[in-house]
Amino acid sequence: MTRRGKTLERLVRRIAFLAVISVVSVLHAQEKVLRWAADPDSNAPFAFYGPNDKLTGFEYEIITALAREMGRTPEFVQNDWDGLIPGLGRGLYDVVICGIEITPDKAGEVLFSNPYYVTFEQFVDRRGTVPINSLAQLAGKEIGTLDQTAALAMLESTPGVVAKSYDEEVNAYNDVVNGRLYGVLLDYPIAKYYAAPNPKLQFSGPPFGQITYGIAMTKGNVELQQEINTALERLVASGELRDILSRWGLWTPVIAGALGQPEQPSVPDTEYKAFVASTAPPATLGERLLRFWSYWPLLLRAALLTLEVSILGMALAIAVGFTLAVMRVYGPWPLRWAATLFIEVVRGTPLLIQLLIIFYGLPNIGIKLSPFVAGLLGLGLNYAAYEAENYRAGLMAVPRGQMEAARALGMTHPQGLWHVVIPQSFRLVLPPVTNDFISLLKDSSLVSMVTLIDLTGAYNRIATQTFDYFGTGLLIAAIYLLIGLPFVRLARWTEERLAVDKRRPGQRPGLIKTSRPQVG
Amino acid sequence: MTVESEPLLCVNELRKSFDEVEILKGISLTVEEGDLVSIIGPSGCGKSTFLRCLNFLEIPDAGRIAIAGVTIDCGTPDQPPPVDVKKRAHEMRQHVGMVFQQFNLFPHKTILENLMLAPTVLKRASHDEAEANGLRLLEKVGLADLRDRYPATLSGGQQQRAAIARALAMNPQVMLYDEPTSALDPELVDEVLQVMRDLDAEGMTQIVVTHEIRFARDASDYIVFMEGGHIVEVSDEDEIFENPKDERTRRFLRRFI
Repeated sequence: MTRRGKTLERLVRRIAFLAVISVVSVLHAQEKVLRWAADPDSNAPFAFYGPNDKLTGFEYEIITALAREMGRTPEFVQNDWDGLIPGLGRGLYDVVICGIEITPDKAGEVLFSNPYYVTFEQFVDRRGTVPINSLAQLAGKEIGTLDQTAALAMLESTPGVVAKSYDEEVNAYNDVVNGRLYGVLLDYPIAKYYAAPNPKLQFSGPPFGQITYGIAMTKGNVELQQEINTALERLVASGELRDILSRWGLWTPVIAGALGQPEQPSVPDTEYKAFVASTAPPATLGERLLRFWSYWPLLLRAALLTLEVSILGMALAIAVGFTLAVMRVYGPWPLRWAATLFIEVVRGTPLLIQLLIIFYGLPNIGIKLSPFVAGLLGLGLNYAAYEAENYRAGLMAVPRGQMEAARALGMTHPQGLWHVVIPQSFRLVLPPVTNDFISLLKDSSLVSMVTLIDLTGAYNRIATQTFDYFGTGLLIAAIYLLIGLPFVRLARWTEERLAVDKRRPGQRPGLIKTSRPQVG
Repeated sequence: MTVESEPLLCVNELRKSFDEVEILKGISLTVEEGDLVSIIGPSGCGKSTFLRCLNFLEIPDAGRIAIAGVTIDCGTPDQPPPVDVKKRAHEMRQHVGMVFQQFNLFPHKTILENLMLAPTVLKRASHDEAEANGLRLLEKVGLADLRDRYPATLSGGQQQRAAIARALAMNPQVMLYDEPTSALDPELVDEVLQVMRDLDAEGMTQIVVTHEIRFARDASDYIVFMEGGHIVEVSDEDEIFENPKDERTRRFLRRFI
């Protein structure tokens, strides 16, 4: 064959290959998906973001394997822990797999698959404490656990125990180390991942109770339940479920007994070891810095989000605040009254509550906002109230004679406002507005409460992955500081630029000591 | 004598109260085109209020004002005004220039920009026309060199001359001055008064509320003496000084002569 012929053949082959690929991808697109939800923040070993910021975890592997058996493409939907079950009802996703315990209470709300994991509650206290034998021994002591868990129910039903519920398990265990708590009662997988590697903590007492995790779906979706149960049975029979749990170090006699399989793990616990290694406190400062460095993509994205939400929030605050100020100073009484009411209500209530109402409350009356829009609106409207008061002071500080001069020249009131009064008040309010931006930048940390991964969100994620609260805190604080500095400089520069009317030609900023008029 | 024509400015029975206190108690005055009229009188006599009513910076309670063919009837104490006074006032202001005691230049604009703002905002002139006209007026008041300076860097006399030029930029038919030299150091007064004399020579109609008795005497066509919300005496400038008809005028002027 000639060289030319060979090239042609290669081309034909390539075209055929591309055709197959596109057919496959079309088929792929037509394939059914399985939309599954979890809250991956501080959620090891269930489904969480690993150090390379990719989703991992034993539940992640189970749902991926299940979807494969069901002939579906898994599609992950992130949601806050508190919103997981409500999200099912709103049809945001098909199933939830997030260490949800099958309880009679919850079975009334949702439909559960057969259990994919069976385990127990593990009590953890400070190393060196006398181990307990029963929960009754904890009477009079403060014990931590997570919200909405079987462990919390167990603690609350034990007389005399003061149960304290946390949002993040890491914080609960940390408080045991710090001496703020006597101990923590939580599911065995959590204890194994968050407490066992810590030399300052110990497992104490026997397994308490029995908990079973199930995959939750909407009530009445029996077809899907059947599909999942069939796939799950296949994973059990093929030994794949045992492999997954063994790799994650979660193959215990309890689950072995429940599934009727041998107590020995089928494969080494490589994933568990990798997790422990990745979260072990670094021996040297260099190692610590290197580990933080590995988070740079997350930090960069978080910093950009913080900047974005702050700048857009400030733009909104300026626009709305300015409108409110003009309404308040020059508007007819209904507008004046409305503006005053808005300003007083917003200034009189905490920003955090406003954010929570916008994000979690508004959906109840049919207004669903994305986390970003909710965060932006919350910050922007809150600061608008403060900006309005700044601008009002600025407008009032422009001498009355200025408006009179504009009107005497034949300008209308709005023209006088726009060309004469507002430009002058702008200069007056620039310094307080800049300060407001810098404090907005810091207050933007609250948007992490509406599930946005801004710098504070990144702090939560990195700190709960590395257990290095001090280092992570310093790092994030330094980034806030670095982001804020250019704006401080920018503010000074703008102020100098705007001060030109105090200056004669050729004079440089900063040289003016007095404004004594030249005698002419 | 020239042909009999409409007076440029005609005020009838003007009244104004602030918080139940009547400041103007029925003022009537006629000013012919080209006149320079000085209004003098003790503090609180209502002369500034009268001037501010003439371009409706204060809305009169009653009376009638006619300037350059625009007439605004503010009704009588018993009858409300027949037209929307505020709307007509805007029209009238375009014919009336005003100069303030405190200059009230726009501090964020250069001197030239101060002159250009109103003509361009009100679409009376293009940017280039306004600039050319502004430069011509600055030349006239002797400030062409300072065109790019900001007001805060000028002396009071320079600022007031710029303020006069700014008012002239709207081509007014009457100029009103509210104590134009009261805020100035004594040595800066003359340069402002000289500009007003020059305008008078060009035939500009001007009404000046002033304490400068010497200027009033030397430059005005006639002097209006006000007291207690009334015009007490209108008189030729020499007559009022040499032979005041009213006892109150005599008492007021005694302090100056």
